[in-house]
Amino acid sequence: MKYLDEFSDPALARRLVDQIHAATTRPWAMMEVCGGQTHSIIRHGIDQLLPDGVEMIHGPGCPVCVTPLEIIDRALAIAARPGVIFCSFGDMLRVPGSRQDLFSVKSAGGDVRVVYSPLDALRLARDNPDREVVFFGIGFETTAPANAMTVHQARRLGVRNFSLLVSHVLVPPAIAAIMESPTCRVQAFLAAGHVCSVMGTAAYPPLSEKYQVPIVVTGFEPLDILEGVRRTVLQLEQGRHETENAYPRAVRDEGNLPAMEMLRDIFEVTDRTWRGIGTIPDSGWKLSPKYAEFDAELRFEVTDIHTAESELCRSGDVLQGFIKPHECAAFGKECTPRNPLGATMVSSEGACAAYFTYRRLELIDAP
Amino acid sequence: MTETTHHVPAPASAPAGNDLDFEGWTCPVPLRATPTVVMGHGGGGAMSAELVEHLFLPAYGSAAAPELGDSAVLTVGAGTRLAFSTDSFVVRPMFFPGGSVGDLAVNGTVNDLAMSGATPLYLSCAFILQEGTSLAELGRIAQHMGAAARAAGVSLVTGDTKVVDRGSGDGVYINTAGIGVVPDGVDIGPRRAAPGDAVLVSGDIGVHGVAVMSSRDGLDFGTTVESDTAPLHGLVAAMLATGADLHVLRDPTRGGVAASLNEIATASRVGVELVERDLPVPDTVRDACSLLGLDPLQVANEGKLLAIVPGDRADEVLAALRAHPLGHGARRIGTCVADHPGMVVARTGLGGSRVVALPVGEQLPRIC
Repeated sequence: MKYLDEFSDPALARRLVDQIHAATTRPWAMMEVCGGQTHSIIRHGIDQLLPDGVEMIHGPGCPVCVTPLEIIDRALAIAARPGVIFCSFGDMLRVPGSRQDLFSVKSAGGDVRVVYSPLDALRLARDNPDREVVFFGIGFETTAPANAMTVHQARRLGVRNFSLLVSHVLVPPAIAAIMESPTCRVQAFLAAGHVCSVMGTAAYPPLSEKYQVPIVVTGFEPLDILEGVRRTVLQLEQGRHETENAYPRAVRDEGNLPAMEMLRDIFEVTDRTWRGIGTIPDSGWKLSPKYAEFDAELRFEVTDIHTAESELCRSGDVLQGFIKPHECAAFGKECTPRNPLGATMVSSEGACAAYFTYRRLELIDAP
Repeated sequence: MTETTHHVPAPASAPAGNDLDFEGWTCPVPLRATPTVVMGHGGGGAMSAELVEHLFLPAYGSAAAPELGDSAVLTVGAGTRLAFSTDSFVVRPMFFPGGSVGDLAVNGTVNDLAMSGATPLYLSCAFILQEGTSLAELGRIAQHMGAAARAAGVSLVTGDTKVVDRGSGDGVYINTAGIGVVPDGVDIGPRRAAPGDAVLVSGDIGVHGVAVMSSRDGLDFGTTVESDTAPLHGLVAAMLATGADLHVLRDPTRGGVAASLNEIATASRVGVELVERDLPVPDTVRDACSLLGLDPLQVANEGKLLAIVPGDRADEVLAALRAHPLGHGARRIGTCVADHPGMVVARTGLGGSRVVALPVGEQLPRIC
């Protein structure tokens, strides 16, 4: 992965920054959709290098952040059951449900395991035929193909003690929902390259056209993001509103066709609730009826869920770009990564966590 | 030199039985978030520190935190100063590229002693074994311990063995404690960092953590990263031989460089300014961290040390480090400053800045 060096070269970055400054004549507000981009922007201090008027608004693209409380509470209830091995990616473990998190369930005796791939969960199911193995299948279009593949494999291998607790979300409907908001300030989007590497770019030109908004597909390294900002500023300054692919080394316009075919077979589109935002029509995937036997929601009847969000937490306003993390009254006080009120603080890619982790100095210095 | 207090007064409000009343506890806020021990309490970050400061120390009756260095320095008899330290090793897997839990159990305690400038002398060793553990594996671990002790010039002089029911433990847990002698005139402690001091590191960071992660199930980074586990007292002796007044030494194990520097910044009330491009992060570590969404500054090391030394002696100490086989990759990575006391800040490669945070608990690989 030596190529990573090439995409964080300070001299090239300086050149791009200079071009952005030269091109900018007035303030612009653009949203990076993906939490990985937010993390990279804050970690490398990229927003500190931009012209004063160019504002990066941090979007809803952190899968951990937007997973609805109801699903997390359901996950906690399933994970606490005897006989269940509950598998998840690491960063879901500390996300607060209404009353506790997966670490607490583990501490209380639940068999909760961190895995690095859903196929690891399937292997656990084969190794433990007397246990029920559940994988927490969350995320955007990026993680969905591997989860779909795992369900496909489970059926092919006849593994009956494996199921998926699904809460996948889709980016294009979220972009539409943000643009439909009457208080929307977003004038352009940096779209997430890894989403497009799976799904292609076809969904974006209609959005650019309908909402008259530039959408530039970018990667996650510093130069990727700066190039995305540069192209976005050029479009805005020139009054254009097009979808551009600034990440051609990973994104083909048609996407990953075998992955898309797998997704169409295993999942179907559904309305999905986004934590902190609300329900967005057709913005998620659930298992299609022919794979219902692998649906953990159906396999484990969980009926006593009473969700309770923090009344202080303004995670939803952060996710929609209405406020910056430190503008929430609870930021850094009642709400820290140690005691998060909302998922934007607990997820390593959440905007609140990024600000708390990397920007406290600036916030303390501010008058 | 701050001496560790031997006197243990009765706690002001000793908890009765098992009914810990967190509302009435000395500082209830940080601990109320989780009423049970979770994995993060052992992660070497903020949660570990809170457990020590808000649960253990108040219960032990130490009103003010003692000098929480890697080892305690005790004066016995007519001015002889002993360094005393203990550590437990529960690493999984027990064998990993470049070492095993046996190497760690010896080198870890040797290094804790070395970080106060001591010459390590004697170690104890206590095993907690799970019923059913392979004797062949236990034998290999013991061999590794013996070899590590001989290499470090220390003797394993006392020990203990307990066996717990199958399911009550996980293979082999090892506790080691050690004592060493601190030479006259040496005064090293976390409160001594001062503005203008240089921050040095003895070589590549993050190697041990990535080696252990790479040997866990399902992770293969395509290249083998070997743990850097090693005894560091020779390196410390080389630095002391320059005659420079070493202010602080730390081996940045769990929680990595970020946790150690945050602890030093807090204890000394100085700011620490790192220059990101000067951090020695090997490509393999950086790539693995990039894949998993981890910060190399927060990844564990086992054979590296951080040294805070007066700025005008930095080059000399650096040269002494580089002349030693374990320190040839030593670098100056930053400076102690009067600004932002208690905080560690990195200048990024692109010219921005970011806070280098104390990790909260366990490191969590991200979803995508």
